[in-house]
Amino acid sequence: MTDPIIEASKVGFTYRGGKPVLNDVDLAVHPGQNVALVGESGAGKTTLLRLLLGLASPTDGTIRFDGTPLTRTRLRDYRRAVQAVFQDPYSSLDPRHRIGRIVAEPLRGLGLGTDPAKVAAALEAVGLPADTATRYPHEFSGGQRQRIAIARAIVGNPRLLLADEPVSALDLTTRVRIVDLLGSLCADRGLTILLVSHDLGVVAELCQHTAVLEHGRLVEQGPTSQVLGEPSHPYTRRLLESVPRLPQ
Amino acid sequence: MSLLTVAGLTVRDQAGRALVDDVSFAVAAGDRAGLIGESGSGKSLTALAVTGLLPPGLTATGEVRLDGVDMIRAPEKHRTATRGPVAAIVFQEPLTALDPLMTAGRQIAGPLRRLHRLRGAGLRAAVNDALDEVRLTDTDRIANSYPHQLSGGQRQRVAIAMALACRPRLLIADEPTTALDVTVQAEILDLLDRLVETRGTALLFITHDLPVAARVTRDTHVMRNGQIVESGPIADVIAHPSHPYTKTLVESARRFDAALERTARD
Repeated sequence: MTDPIIEASKVGFTYRGGKPVLNDVDLAVHPGQNVALVGESGAGKTTLLRLLLGLASPTDGTIRFDGTPLTRTRLRDYRRAVQAVFQDPYSSLDPRHRIGRIVAEPLRGLGLGTDPAKVAAALEAVGLPADTATRYPHEFSGGQRQRIAIARAIVGNPRLLLADEPVSALDLTTRVRIVDLLGSLCADRGLTILLVSHDLGVVAELCQHTAVLEHGRLVEQGPTSQVLGEPSHPYTRRLLESVPRLPQ
Repeated sequence: MSLLTVAGLTVRDQAGRALVDDVSFAVAAGDRAGLIGESGSGKSLTALAVTGLLPPGLTATGEVRLDGVDMIRAPEKHRTATRGPVAAIVFQEPLTALDPLMTAGRQIAGPLRRLHRLRGAGLRAAVNDALDEVRLTDTDRIANSYPHQLSGGQRQRVAIAMALACRPRLLIADEPTTALDVTVQAEILDLLDRLVETRGTALLFITHDLPVAARVTRDTHVMRNGQIVESGPIADVIAHPSHPYTKTLVESARRFDAALERTARD
């Protein structure tokens, strides 16, 4: 298998004065292998994502990017390779800025130049018309805003997208379209996704590898077909049984 | 006569735009009806209009009869007297639906004190019973907790206990599990299922989630852009959707079901 883009080894994290929220987490993301991080509120998913984004440092263990530990000096290179999309498309876009400026932000921040053609290409890749760039966030629906957030994440051609519940705030029919969009970005641009989600249907649709987090520990991980098809941990089984499904 | 009859209900904003447009349906005693629709379909406004709780600036026309009371034209006093004993609501986000400055016990005691005139030991016993019924068995601790000290699932159980404390004949649940984890959602759905079954409470369940609706409702009304586009027993609507929008909804839900099924087969 190819070398991982990012790799967490024996990662632990404790908020100051608190109990450990992550214990001994081993997780690797290989190019072309979308990884799902599954778990419920308080399991530590978002904390792990913050560590993987370099927004906080682990209390124990290491996070490696392209084989060497992720340090502050490497954050700029890291950010070129790894971008994020968050859950709530209403709070993740600055309401005072035009879409063009919002989408161009990673380019400015990373010193990649503010070529409007790159912004236009990113908007086109997420299926939004070119005139979107001149408008403001409030003019768009939740699904369209999430497309804008995805355009911002991919504008600098990252290798890895960290997506924190990117579709859980969306209606079912919109959810299908955004999942399709993410799938096609992986196929067309060689993008890899680390998806944080509690929606196992979305996980099964998008990710080849699944890791289950409970109370700060990875209780099970492996190929999605194995973890969701033949879950070995009782918690994974309980998650699967809880998913509401349509009668046949 | 049905417990709830809605006929030609239209809700307009100040600009005269119809947000709910000519909606008609009925819920009989002990029935379980669903209003299914996505953001902006008018399903939550319908629930507010039914209980006479529309926000200022919105006006309702048409007919809403809840246990015979005209919930659009009757004086506020009559409408208030009908909510509570006849119809109670559980909202999506229990953190905002509960008063942050009041313990769970006092909030559940409110309607019992007002409607059943309970006081002292009798009131305390009734609050404990209400908590027991929603399986919050650690009653003393829960009753003395403020909402922020409880988990999302516990808060929603408290909200359900409060709504059911005075034995309403109709429970309106507006996306009661959308903010919850999937295992907690399953527990709350089981709980609602059991409570309305054993008490014969009618249920009007509002959701955007078709599989969740299939789990708890019998008759369903699919809403889009303020209108009901399709009605019928939920099993039939899912098996043979006739409106193109319902078809899209069913296909979307089936997509993710099928993805999960594939993992089980591979």
